[in-house]
Amino acid sequence: MTTHTFKPDMPPPSSSIGVVAWMRANMFSSWINTLLTLFAFYLIYLIIPPLLHWAILDANWVGTTRADCTKEGACWVFIQQRFGQFMYGYYPADLRWRVDLTVWLAVIGAAPLFISRFPRKAIYGLSFLVVYPIVAWCLLHGGVFGLVAVATSQWGGLMLTLVIATVGIAGALPLGIVLALGRRSNMPAIRVVCVTFIEFWRGVPLITVLFMSSVMLPLFLPEGMNFDKLLRALIGVILFQSAYVAEVVRGGLQAIPKGQYEAAAAMGLGYWRSMGLVILPQALKLVIPGIVNTFIALFKDTSLVIIIGLFDLLNSVKQAAADPKWLGMATEGYVFAALVFWIFCFGMSRYSMHLERKLDTGHKR
Amino acid sequence: MQNSIGAPKQRLSLSDPKVRAWVFQIVTVVAVITLGWFLFDNTQTNLAHRGITSGFGFLERSAGFGIAQHLIDYTEADSYARVFVIGLLNTLLVTFIGVILATILGFIVGVARLSQNWIISKLATVYVEVFRNIPPLLQILFWYFAVFLSMPGPRAAHNFGDTFFVSSRGLNMPAALVADGFWPFVISVVLAIVAIVLMTRWANKRFEATGEPFHKFWVGLALFLVIPALSALLFGAPVHWEMPELKGFNFVGGWVLIPELLALTLALTVYTAAFIAEIVRSGIKSVSHGQTEAARSLGLRNAPTLSKVIIPQALRVIIPPLTSQYLNLAKNSSLAAGIGYPEMVSLFAGTVLNQTGQAIEVIAITMSVYLAISISISLLMNWYNKRIALIER
Repeated sequence: MTTHTFKPDMPPPSSSIGVVAWMRANMFSSWINTLLTLFAFYLIYLIIPPLLHWAILDANWVGTTRADCTKEGACWVFIQQRFGQFMYGYYPADLRWRVDLTVWLAVIGAAPLFISRFPRKAIYGLSFLVVYPIVAWCLLHGGVFGLVAVATSQWGGLMLTLVIATVGIAGALPLGIVLALGRRSNMPAIRVVCVTFIEFWRGVPLITVLFMSSVMLPLFLPEGMNFDKLLRALIGVILFQSAYVAEVVRGGLQAIPKGQYEAAAAMGLGYWRSMGLVILPQALKLVIPGIVNTFIALFKDTSLVIIIGLFDLLNSVKQAAADPKWLGMATEGYVFAALVFWIFCFGMSRYSMHLERKLDTGHKR
Repeated sequence: MQNSIGAPKQRLSLSDPKVRAWVFQIVTVVAVITLGWFLFDNTQTNLAHRGITSGFGFLERSAGFGIAQHLIDYTEADSYARVFVIGLLNTLLVTFIGVILATILGFIVGVARLSQNWIISKLATVYVEVFRNIPPLLQILFWYFAVFLSMPGPRAAHNFGDTFFVSSRGLNMPAALVADGFWPFVISVVLAIVAIVLMTRWANKRFEATGEPFHKFWVGLALFLVIPALSALLFGAPVHWEMPELKGFNFVGGWVLIPELLALTLALTVYTAAFIAEIVRSGIKSVSHGQTEAARSLGLRNAPTLSKVIIPQALRVIIPPLTSQYLNLAKNSSLAAGIGYPEMVSLFAGTVLNQTGQAIEVIAITMSVYLAISISISLLMNWYNKRIALIER
């Protein structure tokens, strides 16, 4: 008795596998798709080769002065020569290790927060948030522990950008949470005050806020009381940003099911305890990606301090490009600044997406 | 609180939530008023010390400086109030052009990201990721300093068919000047619109009564083209074109868009379009595939599936975030201060503030303009959103 044996499967037809088939399906499936593909290739041809030539192949990489840039393409010598200024502004060169140390401390100190198995993360995080700003202030500004004082007017470059962005978000978070709670409050007077505050700051551009903090704040304060320029800008940024944080947090508060509020009330918790122990922990977890996005927006907006004459990364580049020794280097400078901003913002937006996936508990309302 | 039998007479106590709420609110209101009064009082003393008289009288005074772009007539002898109007108009101009261009570009890129064509969707992704992660001010400065100001002068301008010229002085283009047939043309356009509205109403009524469709789009298009064309034939062309000509070192005649305006509009369009593209993409993706299948099983073809099923539902998701992008664009137009395009902030909060020293009045006016723009855009979009919103039972 013979058993029936199946013949081995035939391989798929060669037209349905491999690169050709993939291209046929994804790029040339119809005449309109073919046209689009050709158009896309034409666009790439227009953009990529000249860009490559300019930025890499024909670029000038070594040298010390403008005269060394003899080739057609970009003159990256300019960036090399001015790199210190772009990173630290006018911070004294022999003290720049303090800035580096501050950054390293932030990286090392915050690293455990990103390790999911780290024990007592909340306590560690809170103490880090309290201790780090003090250490950072001592290191950056100096004037204590025998460190030479560096006035904030000498701060600049990427360092200033980072300072404004981080202080801005750190100050805006608590204020924003309070405003969001106030907006959802049952008390009409509190609600009106919070809504007015939020809608006012959201309705005006940051640039007018910066103008206001630089020309009007001195008028608002009592005689003799005066802040330096950076602090004034920071106050403006924090007030402005807190309104945006408040709206993000409000979204989180609204996403918490009503049952949670009722359950907290049924447990006999008062307002502050039900918010602090039940609602806010859940709501804040929900809005972390939103807050990261707000931070990205703030990071981009820090470039506006150019208007009130602070030398952040963008203003340092603008300043350096106006130097008679390096005339005509505007493109290189802006491309470099754009690259730095892009790396930061793109990295953060990827991280925010990752968080969104990680925090997604799967039961959306 | 419910009355219970034999309950003791209620006293005011801080453990009563209602009493606490009142106390809390009163404290807040008093604190806000005190803070306001404190700021007001400080300002008064400071102003008195510096010898600045407050008030809006300065608006009447003559400005005495030139402005690179003004949509209405302006001379240096005109008042600050007129400078304000010019700044406002320039802001609105940028916002208007920017909103239209960014919407078009954003929708194209957003749809392209969803395209089945691999390379097109990847290109769109690259576009979005590159441009939304670079600060708008940096993009404005780049377009202005690195692109437009480094272009050749007018004598070596890029020439597009002898009608458009791009140079470091901006974009020179033909000007449309009013000719004999202008008013008849305007009237004919109005007539065409009225005819289209009447035709649409009639067609809709007939469709509801008999179910017979009518080629509204094509008939409408025909009406829109034929009636104005007839007017142009009968009464002469509505406009005549004045070409820009190179005379000496610059162009004479025609309209010119200054490089500041070009850089600002381009940068804002490109930046905002990246965000709009993402909104459009998520809006279209939010309509579940079951909707397309349901429409198919009802026998709808491609076009009506899109226009009657997909787009209306996608728009509901798209409109609210789109509104905030428009608001952002209006607010971002203030970044023009970085390149000196004469709009509200750079002209009014910059030059006028420096000349007059009336910080409070000038900043207050500027802020209220932006608040007014924000509120009107959001009211308009809320009204539209309400019209298309899902009516839930």
